[in-house]
Amino acid sequence: MRTPLSSIILVLFGSFIGSFGAVFLKLGAEYMHGSLKRIFSNYWLATGIVLYLLSSVFYMMGVAQGQLTVLYPMVSIGYIWAILWARLFFKEPFTRAKIGGLAAIIVGVALINLGNA
Amino acid sequence: MDSQTAATRSFFLVFSCTFIGALAQILIKQGTAQLGEHHLHLTLGQVAHRPELFVQFSLSVISNAKLFLGYCLYGVMTFLMAAALKGRELSRLYPIIALTYVWVTILSLFLLPDEHLNFFRSMGIAFIVGGVSVLGLKK
Repeated sequence: MRTPLSSIILVLFGSFIGSFGAVFLKLGAEYMHGSLKRIFSNYWLATGIVLYLLSSVFYMMGVAQGQLTVLYPMVSIGYIWAILWARLFFKEPFTRAKIGGLAAIIVGVALINLGNA
Repeated sequence: MDSQTAATRSFFLVFSCTFIGALAQILIKQGTAQLGEHHLHLTLGQVAHRPELFVQFSLSVISNAKLFLGYCLYGVMTFLMAAALKGRELSRLYPIIALTYVWVTILSLFLLPDEHLNFFRSMGIAFIVGGVSVLGLKK
């Protein structure tokens, strides 16, 4: 049985949304000091959590059909977004290791899709 | 606790996290398969018009034992991981975190129906694990 393309796209979209969740969690963590009340009124943190919940909805819709041996590795594409956002929003530099790692991840995901055909 | 012990402790903690995380993925897959397609086909447009649909959906998710347990495990894993990583150099732990892809694949083959591995998929996993492992290197 072949894993449907729609499932793959849903999982990829979920990890895209999740990568923004990580950005907001990091923003939230930077402002996280003081009382519990302050933590609960931390809108960055709240937005991050909502984005994570949303991303897991897409993930669930994705994995409902198809094979996990194909779909789970797709989550690794999320690292591309994470590294891109880290550069854009937090000025974290691209390193050779990151570029090499991302290239390997992209090849890996392409191979998984070949293995699904 | 000296730094060597602390490093070993966080190594094992993160290592266990990858197992727990992989198990959570299997449960979430089994749970969504049980819920079935009609529960999961919820478009954003539908939710915008009828927000109660989202509540209904959330209720069906948490009342499914496998999804509930899966997300609990996921939560525990996240908490343990945060504890293990606190104040620690994340870069050296990427290779361990990458093992999650291996565990999910192995557990899928044993615990889920209709899963199989072939040459391309195995190579794909190897590339992904290699890629994630080097992400944290300094250069």
